[in-house]
Amino acid sequence: MKVHEYQAKSILARYGVSVPRGEVTDSPAQAREIAKRLGGRAVVKAQIHAGGRGKGGGVKLAQTPDEAHDLAKRILGMTLVTPQTGPAGKVVQKVLVEEALDIARELYLSITLDRSRGVPVVMASQAGGMEIEEVAAKDPGAIVRVGVDPALGMYPFQARQIAFALQLTGDSVRKGTALVQSLFRAYLETDASLAEINPLLLTKQGDVLALDAKMTFDDNALFRHPDIKEMRDLSEEDPLEVEASRFGLNYIKLDGNVGCMVNGAGLAMGTMDLVKLAGGAPANFLDVGGGANEEQVKNAFRIILSDKNVRAILINIFGGIMRCDIIAKGVVAAVREMGLSIPVVVRLEGTNVDQGKAILRESGLKITPADGLADAAKKVVEAVKGAA
Amino acid sequence: MSIWVGKETRLLVQGLTGREGTFHALACRDYGTKVVAGVTPGKGGTTHEGIPVFDTVEGAVRETGADASMIFVPPPFAADAIVEAADAGVKLIACITEGIPIDDMMRAKAFLDRRNASGKAVRLIGPNCPGIITPGECKIGIMPGRIHRPGSVGVISRSGTLTYEAVDQLTRLSLGQSTVIGIGGDPVNGTSFIDCLKAFKDDAQTEAIVLIGEIGGMAEEEAACWVMGNLKKPVVSFIAGQTAPPGRRMGHAGAIISGGSGTAAEKMKALEAGGISVVRSPADIGSKIREVLGR
Repeated sequence: MKVHEYQAKSILARYGVSVPRGEVTDSPAQAREIAKRLGGRAVVKAQIHAGGRGKGGGVKLAQTPDEAHDLAKRILGMTLVTPQTGPAGKVVQKVLVEEALDIARELYLSITLDRSRGVPVVMASQAGGMEIEEVAAKDPGAIVRVGVDPALGMYPFQARQIAFALQLTGDSVRKGTALVQSLFRAYLETDASLAEINPLLLTKQGDVLALDAKMTFDDNALFRHPDIKEMRDLSEEDPLEVEASRFGLNYIKLDGNVGCMVNGAGLAMGTMDLVKLAGGAPANFLDVGGGANEEQVKNAFRIILSDKNVRAILINIFGGIMRCDIIAKGVVAAVREMGLSIPVVVRLEGTNVDQGKAILRESGLKITPADGLADAAKKVVEAVKGAA
Repeated sequence: MSIWVGKETRLLVQGLTGREGTFHALACRDYGTKVVAGVTPGKGGTTHEGIPVFDTVEGAVRETGADASMIFVPPPFAADAIVEAADAGVKLIACITEGIPIDDMMRAKAFLDRRNASGKAVRLIGPNCPGIITPGECKIGIMPGRIHRPGSVGVISRSGTLTYEAVDQLTRLSLGQSTVIGIGGDPVNGTSFIDCLKAFKDDAQTEAIVLIGEIGGMAEEEAACWVMGNLKKPVVSFIAGQTAPPGRRMGHAGAIISGGSGTAAEKMKALEAGGISVVRSPADIGSKIREVLGR
């Protein structure tokens, strides 16, 4: 789960990570008041779930409270397009108004999972403000990596390694070390999967602060963090995906026109790949899971059909635990209820496959059966072309 | 021969008395697996479907000589179940549970690593996996037993249903399997592709290997690297997610392209560089194995 910058900063601050003073608002008038409280000069930052906001015009410096008002007015409600939002962009609903600081240096600091070793890894570089992937590609030696034993936690020397690698000096070493340790505690205790500070700011006064903050959390651990779960901003997510998640379905919207309903994440990806290989384009990823019931299948069908780009549907089920007759019943019920104006190709395999096929056949509905994976993909792509 | 599980394996089931645990324990027993014990704290001393139930794994191991465990414990408690099994001396643990917090898995893995380092060998398969099966001998997991047949192809996969798909293709072509292992779709897991490849290398029965990967992480690249210098047996691979968009988690917790790395294209390139036959379509896995085996 992703959160906004202001939310990430509030979490980090709780763990003792220094962040600039600031407040979030959805009103230009309040932005003026906040800027006044901050002493006049302030930075107005658009709050959306995507990076590159500065490049898209979503981060501006105001010299006076009135200017903060005007900037907030301009940014609030605008559709911000950044390299990470996609061409459609995101509508800005909140701005963070923060104190403007005297920048000495911009650094990079993050903690994420090292999948190969199964431990958290702290990464730091002196190239703040740049994407870490870009630094890794251009100059991998510029990134310091320190793996931390999850059972032992972070030792102070590991935090010092980071601080010295960032070439902090004097009192800033102590401040930087403390910040790294606080960040690690925040990462571990909130079950984060990413805690990224980019840039990490060294001020002219020698303070070390999180000028920006990005956190994502392990969905599987949200059950023990009700406060973080509440920070979910549904307006940042695709409405169909939100709807699907309410029914325990794993749905991701894509750009194509072949709707896919599959059991199992791997097979669902494999099915998308097959559609592409057959000359089509998948409209979605949809995993109905291993134990879907008739109702879930019905909802899955409805969600696929709510995507107006969909021209044909491919249902690909390899029933291990999942019973083919249940899938078939769900499909028939869904079609009866919603009607069907586009072709449906069904490939069923596995438990109770004969009953499943019989249910589809006897329903009298126009459903094209397929034998095997390749045949199914070929038939659905032909159906799309025929319908066009 | 086969790897890790066979006729002698004695299985205990953690979470036996739950709905899923019961259903799959019985399916394993029907397949021929020796299901010797169940563990459900608080239900020790009872019998469930003819299987004796214990309060602790330690008790189950002591009384029944169980050496493998299948875990159906809900996600918040599953890592605890893994560590309990390892602590009791269980040699092979297959954790089926999906949705275990990463932090829990990191700590459990650290515990297993320490046990292995001290010479007390323990292997975790999964989590978030279908399990492991040696066809005709022992099924530990949720895979449909009937699609398998004994033979000489080893199968390793990060995905469940895609594994069934591959196995089904092999069986239809009369190509049996030595052992089929689902290593799971989570970013932190117990057994890697390389662990499986090493075991298949040393297994006389295994003549060829299917490796099914997916987007996210570097496990396929690491496997490709190892194969290049160490393995003569033919390997056929499919990578799911060639059409997956970056930055999105495709069902499995571990299936995500992050920062432009972990793409199917990169993995396919690395595997091919390692001398592995990569198929573009998941429908071609079986026929490609037949081809590399010259049958």
